[in-house]
Amino acid sequence: MTIQSAKKYRLDGNALPEGFRLPQSDTEDADEFYLNIGPQHPSTHGVLRIVARLSGETIVEAVPHLGYIHRGIEKMAENQTYIQNIHLTDRLDYLSSFFNNLCFCMAVEQAMKIGVPKRGEYLRVMVCELQRIQSHLLWWGVMGMDLGGFTPFLYGFREREMITDIFEEMCGARLTMNFFRPGGSSFDAPDAFIPRIKAFIKIMYKALDEYNTLLSGNIIFQERTRGVGILSREDVLAYGCSGAVLRASDVSYDVRKNDAYSIYDQFDFDIPTSTEGDSLARYQIKMEEIVQSLRILEQAVEKFPEGPYRSQPKAVYKLPKGSYYSQVETPRGILGTYIVSDGGPKPYRVKYRSPNFSNLSALNHAAQGLKIADLVTIMSSMDFVIPDMDK
Amino acid sequence: MSAETLYPLQNGIGNMVRSLFPESAFLINPVLGLISVVILVSILAAFLILLERKVVAHFQVRLGPMRVGYHGILQPLADGIKLVFKEFLKPKGADSFTFYLAPMLPLTATFLIMAIMPFDHHLQLADPAGGVIYVLGISGLTVLGILLGGWASNNKLSLLGAIRAGAQMISFEISLALIMLLIVMVSGTASLRGIVLSQQGLIFDWWIFKLPFLGILSFIMYLVASTAELNRTPFDLAEAESELTAGYHTEYSGMGFAMFFFAEFVNMFISAGLATTFFLGGFHPPLIGIPAIDGLLNAIPGFIWFFGKTFFIVFVYMWFRWTFPRVRVDQLMDLEWKMMLPANLLLLMMGAVFMVLGWA
Repeated sequence: MTIQSAKKYRLDGNALPEGFRLPQSDTEDADEFYLNIGPQHPSTHGVLRIVARLSGETIVEAVPHLGYIHRGIEKMAENQTYIQNIHLTDRLDYLSSFFNNLCFCMAVEQAMKIGVPKRGEYLRVMVCELQRIQSHLLWWGVMGMDLGGFTPFLYGFREREMITDIFEEMCGARLTMNFFRPGGSSFDAPDAFIPRIKAFIKIMYKALDEYNTLLSGNIIFQERTRGVGILSREDVLAYGCSGAVLRASDVSYDVRKNDAYSIYDQFDFDIPTSTEGDSLARYQIKMEEIVQSLRILEQAVEKFPEGPYRSQPKAVYKLPKGSYYSQVETPRGILGTYIVSDGGPKPYRVKYRSPNFSNLSALNHAAQGLKIADLVTIMSSMDFVIPDMDK
Repeated sequence: MSAETLYPLQNGIGNMVRSLFPESAFLINPVLGLISVVILVSILAAFLILLERKVVAHFQVRLGPMRVGYHGILQPLADGIKLVFKEFLKPKGADSFTFYLAPMLPLTATFLIMAIMPFDHHLQLADPAGGVIYVLGISGLTVLGILLGGWASNNKLSLLGAIRAGAQMISFEISLALIMLLIVMVSGTASLRGIVLSQQGLIFDWWIFKLPFLGILSFIMYLVASTAELNRTPFDLAEAESELTAGYHTEYSGMGFAMFFFAEFVNMFISAGLATTFFLGGFHPPLIGIPAIDGLLNAIPGFIWFFGKTFFIVFVYMWFRWTFPRVRVDQLMDLEWKMMLPANLLLLMMGAVFMVLGWA
């Protein structure tokens, strides 16, 4: 039995297993072949598998296959209480675990009608914006690496490490934070929190100049990204893209501005948009978002209030019967949490609307007719985190 | 220059061996030459790998290998031992003969070119009259090795890498040949030693400065074309880690990989050495015409000048690699066929005009 199925699914030449097969090329003598990019590949940054139909170096079709890191988080959620569920959300998009925590907590708060104290809200905003920068720094480094320059990767990590240290001091974790709770957060900010952020903001502005010299201003980088993977305004809306992918194609939508949650309406910041829709535009928007996050942080550290950081803590939350939805703007786009409760201590059904999954669906459209190297550029500029797609 | 004055052959050990076996002297010279080249190549490969790792580490705000020996100087040795003991896997469906043959070709090419590299007045194994032609011919072996390796691996990523490497190296070889031709033309000889001797005198007699405006331009173009020929970033399309995992050597492990790797690094030295020979006066010191300083510069042996200049260019190659992102296939081909080739032809014509006018 095992041997038979192993034989059946052995990838031999161009033969793909049943169910994974792509449409055959139109003519017998077409110069087309399949290239299996992933699930283990240096530039998918995770276990994403892309079956590319190639004509020489040119991509005819790029079909993503998911399921290599499916952990059934949504199903697991049905057997855990709401507090226990928060740590599961860390594992969705591991680069923006605070956002995932926040989104889930906001849905619970909405159901239980729990308010958040002022200090708690400021803590949320500051921590989230720090993580947005942290996530963008990793993306920036990886973008450089995907385009063949290894040095940006380590430069990005140099500043990222400062943020990670702030988080480590605050909640003990460096990646999977499990920090926010309904009504606030699990801990208060440590004494060194504000001074460390102030020090970081100063360094980050200098570092951004360095980044622009190293990568953004490089002629090879610009040639590699300009006009590559163009998505029109209609395309991004049709595919349900969000985040920088959406804003690069001339749609100014950011949940923080258009559907303000937490206390984002009290801060002064801009939503960068571009009309180009190519990889360079997505890159520039993400770089600008770092600056805007720094602006929010600058305002927040000045106004960070004293007082309680969490309200109405409970061991077990029992959500009233009904369905609840909340959404946040993660570094990659709109994350939505949809909870259906039957009144018990555990959710009846949880559904996450993950930004990466929607953005990935536009990949084939953007990559068609370009070279293999461009596929890597597009994937990098869209900033995919694979566990978020599979859940 | 005759074989009687060459250090690798005419030294204490050589004389001793020859006096012991006077009948087989015709065999001893080639064997001694081979041994010296093999030792030189092995030491250079180890040193260059360590140098690259240290240089890149300091570019990237880190320290690099620090554990094996003082500041990691024994790291290449440890890596070498690891590579020797690793299994050399052959993928299913690979063409055995070609698969095992391919890694040897680039390494052989490095040995062969090392033999005619003019390190010093008397430090050169052979000096064929057509040295430049020989270099161009032998460097074709590297392309062959890479193409065969990629083709024999039975892996589509390797094949793509090999095709890219073939297209790229053959294209840029034309540019390299044209640049070399310019130097051959102005110096009036195709022997590497002859080219170095034609630059004797002050620093302004080096071809990079002696040819007004042409010298510096062709030097820059040589750097670009040789970087492409070496398959190094920004032209490392054949390996292209983020696209093709490792390109043509994806399926190679153990010593097979080590041979490709060694050849790549020694080729970098060879390219830099040729740049030194063609443009930077080879083993001549940079004399500036002030007797007090020139006397001091002349006291330093020629091979130190050669290695100094060569390692400076090697450093520039490393600098390129760790600063720039990679270009795309079509951009690379555009660069060669639409920009570099016409520009090189133009430079060659201008060189001829300069010669007629007596400027060169």
